[in-house]
Formats: sequence, structure tokens, C-alpha cells
Amino acid sequence: MNAQRINGALRPVPPLAVYLLGLVPLGLLVVQVFTGGLGVDPVKVIERQLGEVALQLIVAGLCITPLRWLTGVNLIRFRRAVGLLAFFYVALHLLTWLLLDLQLRWGEIGADLTKRPYIIVGMVGFALLLPLAITSNNLSIRRMGAAGWQRLHQLTYLAAIAGAVHYVMLVKTWAAEPLLYLGLVVALLAWRAARSLRRAGLRSA
Amino acid sequence: MRNVYRSDLNWSDVTPRAVWMSRRQLIGAAGALALAGPAAASIGAGKSALSTDETPNTLEEISSYNNFYEFGLDKADPARYADALTVDPWAIEIGGLVDKPGSYDLADILTGVTLEERIYRFRCVEAWSMVIPWVGFELATLLNRVGVQPGAKFVAFETLVRPEEMPGIGAGYLDWPYREGLRLDEAMNPLTILATGLYDEPMPKQNGAPMRLVVPWKYGFKSIKSIVKISLVEEMPQTTWNMLQPREYGFYSNVNPTVDHPRWSQASERRIGGGFFAPRVDTQMFNGYGEQVASLYAGQDLAQDF
Repeated sequence: MNAQRINGALRPVPPLAVYLLGLVPLGLLVVQVFTGGLGVDPVKVIERQLGEVALQLIVAGLCITPLRWLTGVNLIRFRRAVGLLAFFYVALHLLTWLLLDLQLRWGEIGADLTKRPYIIVGMVGFALLLPLAITSNNLSIRRMGAAGWQRLHQLTYLAAIAGAVHYVMLVKTWAAEPLLYLGLVVALLAWRAARSLRRAGLRSA
Repeated sequence: MRNVYRSDLNWSDVTPRAVWMSRRQLIGAAGALALAGPAAASIGAGKSALSTDETPNTLEEISSYNNFYEFGLDKADPARYADALTVDPWAIEIGGLVDKPGSYDLADILTGVTLEERIYRFRCVEAWSMVIPWVGFELATLLNRVGVQPGAKFVAFETLVRPEEMPGIGAGYLDWPYREGLRLDEAMNPLTILATGLYDEPMPKQNGAPMRLVVPWKYGFKSIKSIVKISLVEEMPQTTWNMLQPREYGFYSNVNPTVDHPRWSQASERRIGGGFFAPRVDTQMFNGYGEQVASLYAGQDLAQDF
């Protein structure tokens, strides 16, 4: 079986490799800061890029389980790394907004946080990811019990929707890219929902 | 020590100043002709008291960071694709309530106008800004030449739609043609210009060649690019962004730090080109042109007429 061969080949790969790979986009951004490759408005590009990488990692994380259903390829061992990297990029995205874009103008930040739907949705997404990042370790799983931990980590689904909606809301017109992310997130969640409904149906039958 | 460098040239060999000055003019004129026929007249634009003394952004900044959705949504798309745009020949249809309607060749419009350099602040609705040394002439000059009839209250503008040269058109980002409009008194204000160049050179295509509107006290999207149609009308014309999102983009769209865009604050702006840690600056009412234009809106509630 191909899936088994892939799983076997991945067995010696440590999750550290995923963390290192996940830092590549950040490294590229840093290089571009120094080479002037970010164009005339570097702050906006950095802000955008960090947010987009975060969204890509969230979508990647959501793909891991369906990939196993579909092909038998098991990447569960790397899911924590993908999730923590996503949180890392979301946090950098937020910091860029606070420090480089709005430059700690608290009056405007406060107004944005209370009045701007896309900012609110983005912040909700960040707030949802926070407990997930804090509990992404073996100790937390042991303390919370596997079931409770899993229930908590279903917040990922809401965070993913928040992230994708945040992107759709901030563009000025209907652009393909943000809609593509939203479509992917919705499809991946619908897939899960359909599957668990079907299973519930089977059980009650 | 002996002279390391000795020349057998004398003062009599030096080119007289008058000669090299005129040579420079010749080179300049030749260059301008080579660059773009109709806009060649922009070389040597005079100064204007209406210019700001702030330092302009570089030509690279001004011509690499553009919103021109006819060429794509990305700010680098116009610089990437606008090369394909044919700007010569170029005709502008002037119609509606005017004495002399017709299709005017751009060259005819430009003969008889005096091109001036106008260094203006430019504030985008997306809360970034630049300082741009436009070259152009007052819109009022053209309107007076074609004769505005008494019933006219607004001026409507349209951008070229040429899908084979503009990749964004087929993508359908907006309801083409791009449309903008001004109230007649706004159009006649001396600050309002039709620009044919910047940095004393013909307008880069991505900035709206060969001729665009510049209304410095309004958000940038009012300054419509690559104009092919100007109509004098009685009713307030439809404008593209207002058609798309009436709640977010009003007809007036004056720069106003106290009236926020529903999705973001307009209280401050990022000045492009200041580098990584460039401080945000406070946005000024009417983008700092209140002295010239505030009176146009006396008695109007600008939170209502945003």
C-alpha cells in the first residue's frame, strides 16, 4: 500500500522538521525586509503575508484528519506543530498590526476593536486560538483527559471560520483568494459534520 | 611635486553656458517626443503656489504602488500590466450640457493649456498617503473652453474599457467602465486638475495615462484615471465605488478624519516611503486643503454627505 509506505517513510521524521519548515516563510520575509523586496509599503505586505501564512497553516491543519480518512496517510504526529505554527503566525500578524501598522495608537486601536467587524472577527479568532496554543502539550492532555482536551480543541473550527471571514471582510471587493480560503474551510468543516452525522445515524439505527 | 595632470585645454574651449543650456533643452525635447507624443508638452511645467513644500515620494514609489483595478487587484499589477495600454491616439468624448460637444483629440485639448507642476498630498481611502508632483492643468480651463450650459450641476467621468489591453476588465472586479463625478463647483475649483504627467515627465501608464483627474482633498479613488469621457449633467452621476458599496463610499468622499470608513478608521494614515518604522501621521480635514475648499461645503453635514 502506498499509504503505508508513506507512513513508514515519515516515521523517522521528527516534528521538529515541521517547525523548521514552518519558519521558512518568516525567514523569507525577514530577508526581504533587508533586501527591499517588499515594495514601497513593507508594513502592509508583512501584515498580509503573516496573516495569509497563518490561514494556510490553519487550512493545512484541518486537512490532516480528512487526508487520513481519504488515503490512510497519517500526519497526526505533526498536527501540533502545524497548529502551534499557525498560532505563532497569527500572533506575529497581530503584533505587526499593533506595533508597525497602528503603532500603539491606543485610541484608534480601541475604536477598531469595538467598531470594526473585521477587526473584531479577527480578534475573536485570535482569542479562540489562545487556549489551544496554551494546551498544546502532553501535560495538558493528561490533566484535561483526552475527551475534554478534544472538545476544547474543536474551537479550531470556529477559529478557522473567523480567520477566513476576517480575510473576506477586509478586502474592498469580491476577490478570489479570500473566498478560496473561506470555501476550503467551509468544505473541510462540512466534510467533518457530514461524517459525524452519518456516524450518529448509524449508531442510532 | 610636478603637475600630475596637465591639460592643453583653454578657457576658450569651454562650451558657453547659453549653448549647453539650449543643448539640454534640445535633448529634453527630443526625449519627450520619443516618450509620448501628446504629453511631450509637459516638459518644463511651471511652478504653482498651490503646491505643497512637502518632499514628494520617489517616482518608483508613485509608479509601483497603484490601485487601477482594470489591470488587477494587486497594487503591483498596474505596473506589471499597464505597459500594454495604447495611449496614443487618445480621444476624449465631451458631452452633455456643453456648448461644444464632441470627440476631442488629446493633442487638441493640450494645445493652449499651460501645464503646471502641482505637488499635492494624495490620500487613499485605504489610509495610506503619498506626496505627488503632478503635471497638469485646471479642469476649469477645459470646461470653460467647451462651454458649460446653465443647467449643468455635475461633471461625470469615465475610464477607458479595453479588455484586450486591460486584464482586470475580463475578471469583472468592478462594474466597468470605472465612473467618477464631481459637483460643478468642485470641478471648477482651482485645485482640481487634469494631470498628464508627474515628475515633469509624461504620465506613467499605471498612474492613469494619458490624462487623469486629480482632486487632492478627496480620497484617491475620486481621481479617476485614463479618462475617455466627460459629461456635464444635471443629476448627481453614478460613481463606481458608491454603486458597489453605498454605505462605505459616498459621492463626496472628502478626506475627513472624523468620518470613518465603516471598516477602518480614517483618523490617521501611513505615509508611503518612510521605511519600516515610518510614523503614522494624523489625517487632516480635506487632506489639508480646507482653506481652499471648506467653503464649498458650508451648511452641509459632512457625516451625512460623506
